[in-house]
Amino acid sequence: MATFKEAPANANAAEKLLTWVDNRFPATKLYNEHLADYYAPKNFNFWYFFGSLALLVLVIQIVTGIFLVMHYKPDAALAFASVEYIMRDVPWGWLVRYMHSTGASAFFVVVYLHMFRGMIYGSYRKPRELVWIFGCAIFLCLMAEAFMGYLLPWGQMSYWGAQVIVNLFSAIPFIGPDLSLLIRGDYVVSDATLNRFFSFHVIAVPLVLLGLVVAHVIALHEVGSNNPDGVEIKSKMNAAGKPLDGIPFHPYYTVHDVLGVSVFLLIFSAIIFFAPELGGYFLEYNNFIPADSLKTPLHIAPVWYFTPYYSILRAITAEMMYVLIGFVVLGAALAVFKVKMGALLKLVVVAVAAAVVAMMLSIDAKFWGVVGMGGAVVILFVLPWLDNSLAKSIRYRPDWHKYVFALFVINFLMLGYLGTQPVSPTGERLSQVGTVIYFGFFLLMPWWSRLGEFKPVPDRVTFAAH
Amino acid sequence: MKKFIITLLLSVAGLSVANANTGGIAWDKFPVEKAADVTALQNGARTFVNYCLNCHNAAFMRYNRLRDIGLTEDQIKKNLMFATDKVGDVMKVTLDPKNAKDWLGAVPPDLTLITRSRSAAGQGTGADYVYTFLRTFYRDETKATGWNNLAFPNIGMPHILWEWQGQRSAKFVEEADPHDQTKKVHRFAGFEQITPGTKSEAEFDQAVGDLVAYLNWMAEPAQGTRTRLGVWVLLFLAVFTFIAWRLNAAFWKDIK
Repeated sequence: MATFKEAPANANAAEKLLTWVDNRFPATKLYNEHLADYYAPKNFNFWYFFGSLALLVLVIQIVTGIFLVMHYKPDAALAFASVEYIMRDVPWGWLVRYMHSTGASAFFVVVYLHMFRGMIYGSYRKPRELVWIFGCAIFLCLMAEAFMGYLLPWGQMSYWGAQVIVNLFSAIPFIGPDLSLLIRGDYVVSDATLNRFFSFHVIAVPLVLLGLVVAHVIALHEVGSNNPDGVEIKSKMNAAGKPLDGIPFHPYYTVHDVLGVSVFLLIFSAIIFFAPELGGYFLEYNNFIPADSLKTPLHIAPVWYFTPYYSILRAITAEMMYVLIGFVVLGAALAVFKVKMGALLKLVVVAVAAAVVAMMLSIDAKFWGVVGMGGAVVILFVLPWLDNSLAKSIRYRPDWHKYVFALFVINFLMLGYLGTQPVSPTGERLSQVGTVIYFGFFLLMPWWSRLGEFKPVPDRVTFAAH
Repeated sequence: MKKFIITLLLSVAGLSVANANTGGIAWDKFPVEKAADVTALQNGARTFVNYCLNCHNAAFMRYNRLRDIGLTEDQIKKNLMFATDKVGDVMKVTLDPKNAKDWLGAVPPDLTLITRSRSAAGQGTGADYVYTFLRTFYRDETKATGWNNLAFPNIGMPHILWEWQGQRSAKFVEEADPHDQTKKVHRFAGFEQITPGTKSEAEFDQAVGDLVAYLNWMAEPAQGTRTRLGVWVLLFLAVFTFIAWRLNAAFWKDIK
């Protein structure tokens, strides 16, 4: 325990109170460690707004969510009407509901941009692997949160979207049927499903999510923020032991983030007040029809933020399996002939590849679609160990690496678009190519990220005074 | 009439791919200037309770909400409430769903949110759809009700507003399918008036426009408040952004 401090005799009441608290709780210590004395690189750019914005959206979702739960009824017979009740009869209910529905989409916009920032500046690399892993876990939680929350309005898309996705779990061999039954609590999506999704959406997942957010920020503040140059600011300290290129988070980045927040709120409010449905992307038109278990909509599409993964799911057809088997065989052959390893290890590689191919031939393509969809998210977790480039930041990587990232982004957007569209032969082919590019980007990264001519990384960050 | 047919023909030709999923014709544009016109909304409300509310519910809409379009509680009670005497009640009809199914083949859908749920990307708003739908009924003796519709082919609902519009038949021409020469397509080639209506073409379009304006309002009664408030919110945020921008610059000018 730290020594007991005494406030100076002439201190005012506030100072005395703070001293009293500090002797019992590390208030000043926390404030300094995370704000006033937390040094962040001074060269943050546009991309660095999205972390604080994600925190803002999280708060918006929690606060609006609390008020929605006061009026919402998690009951299949009442849910749809209770949402309309919120929209019509609850004072300002429409505003709270639109903030929550727009907030869900805004969360994904902000988080996708935040993750992309991490990718282009190598923010996941040593020593920030855990920051990244906590972030990926947050992303996973967010997906679960969004998926279960979307069932609650109990509209046609809520219902059939959940039906389609939960049915996917039944494709898992052996445990699938029982697992999907466990998730639904019934043989079809029903009142039981609505109740358990409500419970998960309002308490279970947010609890985990908040814990992970705390872990994410603590891990970040332990190692310090990366920056657009990918230079460690802690390697150049001044006489006082502070980073030469660092500035206190408060007031410099708090005031900076206030600017980011105000621009974000301008766009956010423009959507809430003038286009809350955003052309059917934020609130799907079909979801204004109450759920009807007897009427399957012609076209079932998840909300936009899931569509890249939905495309990957749909891309993996029985036909596509042969292509994937080809990749497994090719990968095993390359490992055996090109990589130096002992004969026993080679045998193991061949045996594993043969087993995987056997499974790919014997288990339904639908299951592998689920594996592909899940794998597309899970692969993000190992990104720190896939990247072998000599420079962290895209700024000092070979120019063609930028094109690889550009291709990845365009491909991701294409998969997203295709996921909103009904199945078509051309769309299916494109999403198959897109799936190969998506996984190729990550699985081949250990190889391609090393190639090319890297530029010299400066000692200090590049910064032009404002 | 001529202009209407030409527009229809043009849009049928141009958008035949876009509306492949509903099987109906391309949608006309709902006259949006009616959406916030109080006279149109009140007139539409009267049409709604007199004609639509006999079979369709508006189960999320309370009668007293009609005060938002400039009616007094007294006016609502005297002129617009037939199924209940409590002004706080929702708009429900006494039609038994089972009877409805027997008589019409399907339970008439709730209309509270019809203009929101019927929107479709690439085709138009739900108001466009309903505006088109209500104006494209025609006589078809092969149907049980004697009516058919261009925007919703083979619908079970008869033409409720037929006295206003009069009876019409639709002409179709057989044409070679532009995508497949071996096939013929049925192409709509205009209406033919059989008996005159009590309203002229223009008057009928006005009346339907008013009704759709009401339906559009009823789908989201807060929409007027929403956009009015939105202007102030954006103005405030614009000023706030300016201050935040200058504040940020003031702090950062010392960082070299």
